[in-house]
Amino acid sequence: MLSLGSGGAKSTKPSFVSYVTPEEIKSEKDPPKKEKLPDLLPGEVEFCSANPILKYTQDDLSQRGVFGTLFCTNFRVTFISDETPQEKKAKTFKNKLYGENDIPLVCVDHIYGVYDEKRKLITGGLVKNKYPSKMIIHCKDLRVFQFCLRFTKEEDAKKIFQGIAHHCLEEKSLKCVFAFSYMGTPSPGTDLSFCREMQRKQETIMFDSPEDWTQEMKRTKANCRLVIENKNFELSQRLPKYFVIPLAIGDLFSYQGKGLPIWCWSHYSGCALFKASFPPVTQEDGDFQKHLETMINAVAHNYLYSVKTEDLSESLPNIQDIQQSYNKFKQFFLIENSTDFWLSDVKWFSSLESSGWLDIIRQCLQKAVEVVECLEKDNTNVLITEEEGTDLCYVISSLAQIMLDPYYRTLMGFQSLVQKEWVAGCHAFLDRCNHLHQKDKECHSPVFLLFLECVWQLVQQHSPAFQFSETYLTVLSDSVHVPIFSTFLFNSAHHRESVMKAESPLAQSGPLSCPTVWDWSVQFDSKAQNFFYNPLYSEKVKHEKAVRKPHKPKHQRQLSLPSTAFKTPLKKGFFKDETDSLKKMLRVKRLSRWMGSPDSPAATTREFYESWQHRPVDYHGLLLPCLDGPAVRVWMQRYLRWIPEMYILGGGSVAMTTKLMELLSQVQDLKRVLEQRDTSQAAKIDHHPYLQHRLLSFGSSGRLSSSFPFAYTRNRSFKPIIPTGLMQSLMVTDSLASQEDEASSVASFV
Amino acid sequence: MEESGSVDSVESLCSSTTTRSDRFSGTRVSDTEPRSKGKAIEKVYKDPSKGELPLLPEELVQDSAKDVTYICPFIGPVRGSLTVTNYRLFFRCTDREPVFGLDLPLGALSRVEKIGAATSRGDVSYGLVCKDMRNLRFVHKEPEDSLKKSVFEVLIKFAFPVSNNMSLFAFEYKQVFPENGWKVYDPLAEYKRQGLPNESWRISKVNDHYELCDSYPAALFVPVTITDEELRRVFSFRAKGRIPVLSWIHPESQAAVVRASQPMVGQNGRRCKEDEKLLQAIMDANAQSHKLFIFDARPSVNAAANKMKGGGYESEDAYQNAELVFLDIHNIHVMRESLRKLKEVVYPNIEESHWLSNLESTHWLEHIKLILAGALRIADKVESGKTSVVVHCSDGWDRTPQLTSLALIMLDSHYRTIRGFQILLEKEWLSFGHRFQQRVGHGDRNHTDADRSPIFLQFIDCVWQMTRQFPAAFEFNEYFLITILDHLYSCLFGTFLCNSEQQRLKEEVPKRTVSLWSFVNSQLEEFVNPLYVHYPSHVLFPTVGIRHLQLWVTYYIRWNPRMRPQEPVHQRYKELLAKRAELQKRVEELQREAANRTASSSSERAGSPTRSITPVQTFV
Repeated sequence: MLSLGSGGAKSTKPSFVSYVTPEEIKSEKDPPKKEKLPDLLPGEVEFCSANPILKYTQDDLSQRGVFGTLFCTNFRVTFISDETPQEKKAKTFKNKLYGENDIPLVCVDHIYGVYDEKRKLITGGLVKNKYPSKMIIHCKDLRVFQFCLRFTKEEDAKKIFQGIAHHCLEEKSLKCVFAFSYMGTPSPGTDLSFCREMQRKQETIMFDSPEDWTQEMKRTKANCRLVIENKNFELSQRLPKYFVIPLAIGDLFSYQGKGLPIWCWSHYSGCALFKASFPPVTQEDGDFQKHLETMINAVAHNYLYSVKTEDLSESLPNIQDIQQSYNKFKQFFLIENSTDFWLSDVKWFSSLESSGWLDIIRQCLQKAVEVVECLEKDNTNVLITEEEGTDLCYVISSLAQIMLDPYYRTLMGFQSLVQKEWVAGCHAFLDRCNHLHQKDKECHSPVFLLFLECVWQLVQQHSPAFQFSETYLTVLSDSVHVPIFSTFLFNSAHHRESVMKAESPLAQSGPLSCPTVWDWSVQFDSKAQNFFYNPLYSEKVKHEKAVRKPHKPKHQRQLSLPSTAFKTPLKKGFFKDETDSLKKMLRVKRLSRWMGSPDSPAATTREFYESWQHRPVDYHGLLLPCLDGPAVRVWMQRYLRWIPEMYILGGGSVAMTTKLMELLSQVQDLKRVLEQRDTSQAAKIDHHPYLQHRLLSFGSSGRLSSSFPFAYTRNRSFKPIIPTGLMQSLMVTDSLASQEDEASSVASFV
Repeated sequence: MEESGSVDSVESLCSSTTTRSDRFSGTRVSDTEPRSKGKAIEKVYKDPSKGELPLLPEELVQDSAKDVTYICPFIGPVRGSLTVTNYRLFFRCTDREPVFGLDLPLGALSRVEKIGAATSRGDVSYGLVCKDMRNLRFVHKEPEDSLKKSVFEVLIKFAFPVSNNMSLFAFEYKQVFPENGWKVYDPLAEYKRQGLPNESWRISKVNDHYELCDSYPAALFVPVTITDEELRRVFSFRAKGRIPVLSWIHPESQAAVVRASQPMVGQNGRRCKEDEKLLQAIMDANAQSHKLFIFDARPSVNAAANKMKGGGYESEDAYQNAELVFLDIHNIHVMRESLRKLKEVVYPNIEESHWLSNLESTHWLEHIKLILAGALRIADKVESGKTSVVVHCSDGWDRTPQLTSLALIMLDSHYRTIRGFQILLEKEWLSFGHRFQQRVGHGDRNHTDADRSPIFLQFIDCVWQMTRQFPAAFEFNEYFLITILDHLYSCLFGTFLCNSEQQRLKEEVPKRTVSLWSFVNSQLEEFVNPLYVHYPSHVLFPTVGIRHLQLWVTYYIRWNPRMRPQEPVHQRYKELLAKRAELQKRVEELQREAANRTASSSSERAGSPTRSITPVQTFV
């Protein structure tokens, strides 16, 4: 039945069931084509289109198709169905920028062409010759589209295929990214909740002004120095505009800021977390080595003269490993048909393991726990280093901050953290995400996604500690591939400023309007944004102040372990030869402490975790992840949401969360009723503005699919998904299988 | 899934208490209401040296020993005292803070053995292999007086009473509960609920005294067109006399789920006219369909191999209009081996780097998938195809009840309630003769018995998988399922004793023992899923892909203190429910006040004051 390209089926006849035959389409081809144009975004331009194109739908078990027109614009590839849309159901969760049949150009991961039943990866060379009968598009958000070009006129088919291939796969310049054509204005005043939106938006600290940094230092009681000398990037173009360094650093201008320890966060005890880019140093380069020693010394001076350095390039996989592992991993979710699904289902666990992706997540979390341990238990300053200093350093430092500081587990806090560490901190988003389809494979790597994956693990393990939901994380991971937000478009602060400065005079209508991703109203209306909030979040009990004060560094729960400020040694393996002299120097001062723990880091963190686990959990205190095998899981929502075989109709965690959200809104309603009666308190109504909306609109949650709010099952036929190919699934080869159930007949069996 | 607080709440009854940290995990997810422990059940055994030990009625201390070391795989060796009663093993260590305790029903023991010879210091090591996925190890000094028995010899005696010609503790335990659980299942009432008997199905008394099939219940539902005389002939054609009888009937389409054992076809292709007529009658009883599906749970190879031993499957020549489907579920030996491997992988420690491939190599979840997939196909044929189905394996008492009861849970929301689930177990498993005694080996020392197999555990695992996929569709919570499994082994209640209804009656089990449901139904609030919504005619079709199946960590890995359960959803939901109730009450009070005020001001105008009260919207 399913004659998909890879299936190897012989039949060349179309194997779909459609309500309209191709002939019918052709006869009335012209009128629909004129009518059905995509709703273009401001600044969006159509490149080419073709009709009729058949889009296969995976919704149903029987693969059928829908005829329509395929467009390619400067923003997306979009498919408009010829079928008149049946009663447009108001989707609760609709992205304003792109719909279910839209693929932003930068979101295209790979394109495959099916030529004579053979599936080929489309690269530059293949485009020229001939066009395939079928085009399969794999997206970075893990959607899979299949378009049949067989019914289209040859030149149209060729044009659309080449157009899409060109715009999605060819290397392009940054100016071609849609953000530079986008004229979207934040819908002013139209939305009633706009004011609230603005307020919310402003709560995300952008860390683009000295005030933001001063505020953050105040919040964490950091005893460091704000550097404003790089305001015009005179110091280094790779460094942030503003940053914070240990007080003890005098000379900023040597080595162009290389090896400069940059402050991340201060523990209430006074010790702090720093990150730095340390290029590999040769023995001969004595001066530079000395420079680094000075830097480490400066960090140590921050608190009680203690420091632990950790070279992440040595202990964690590098960005190419991460990229490779993710490439393997994502293949398990880019599923084109049911047969493939059930075939791969059999080897699911070992496939997962072979990709190594979950293991990388575990390693990162483990490393973050080690850092947390140093700060929380040993009260030692920590300096994490890496060659570039802007990839894994950020993963680890952000994770450590989330574990330690409950403020970063609120939605605004989390967004501020991403701003602080990743955006202001100059993570090379443009290169890592490969928005420009550069052929150079070295610099692409889903580092930011890796970070979100790790956060998801924490969220699923300690749900009540987080104000945001997994849906929020999924949407954020998708937004990376929406080429509109300035957040993910640049390689550094300097890059952003120079591009923005250069661009703005060119744009006719004033300065470049490039929203940040945190302006969620660009993508979702306020109702949809409700899904970003976690109904399980246990807010702090006291609400006496209507305004959520920036977190006070009041850590209620400390491990009642003796403060062993000097205990942690420079563990083996970190920072080997280069810092021998440093070690010697420090050893003179505190020799005894270094001989301490002989255990491996894994063993000591294990102990640390267990002692934490033995205390009653405080969702507003320190949070540690469990890293044992079964605890690290696949982010089901992100990876399985488009696979119809995985939909649980009427089930899934959505059944739970919607119930919770309903109940929560009822409690809010009752509270409001009470407070309205209690006239004296009319002013402060609720502290959950986002949950005011009755979510009962989809109250029949009994019929929602587990993929909600992402994919909708269009065809609501209530059919179970019966696995195919069970026969080959389980080959029990040992003799037990052939034994009788009757014990009497297998008396010899022991 | 459940808040972990529940784990140690019924510790006096279950084998749940393990380690210090396990107790801790119980208190981590903030304790809410004080739990109604089965407090009434306990009395306290006092021994000045050991502190207090809660004892059940008729539970007697048999022996105790000081200076026993428990080699805990998680926290290392712990010294303390060991007490053995006729029901449980109780280890307590007081020199640690907090106190470490281990409380294990002897029924959970599968094997007790001395490991190695005594050391120079006279220490002997004992290994205890448990049915509930853990192994315990103790080190103990043998008594110098050779006449005195070691505490472990006493333990062996009471752990395997059946092998020692003693009775199980269930026959001594005489707790009285408010409800009598033996009354939960009344077959006629259950069939009546399904609308039976009706014009197509009748009750047959042919097996009233279990003379035709000793593993079947007395009450059997068969098509009206088949006479008892014809049935008698079918008995001889089906393995162990387990003829096709009705298990469930669809309230609308009248499609039936029928269970049986394999036909005794043999190599020569024996036929039985009456059997063919019976299956035709089953098909005819459902006017909606002119087809009958026969689901053979076995892999086709095994079904064919059974012909050598006289068994086999329905041939298409003999059974026209019937379609035979093999479900590829393996036999009890494969399942036993799979669980053994699983235990190796999860206990005591999990190898992190190869966790996933190790898990895959046990095939446990793959077996779960096949069983769920089989049940799904059955439910689909009945619900979507409106076709009657016949389900059988070889004897029809292992894979068959797994499939029928899972299909019934999918089809009939009644079986997703606490009482409905009890009825389902009583009906599909107990009355239809799943051989619990053989599969579990209650009180039997012979741990290598090839009849042992975790068939029932596997079924409960499948149910758990469904509760994961449909968190609001089941009235019971995870703790309910774990409690059932704990008492499957504990031998405290009579519910899971013996192999068949006939044996249970012969042993007077309902008279002489307490039913597990007496205990459960006397404290239902422990077992309720707060998220439960009752949709009367809601069919559940679970997703059976391995990607959606999970290892039941809170059961299989519950002894590992690091794997603490963390699902605060229920907790949070209960909190919100309480909050809502409180607010509602306050709103009502205010409204009543307001109403009273208006009422008193307009009292001259007569009329009852209550009329002016606006009813408060209550959410359901």
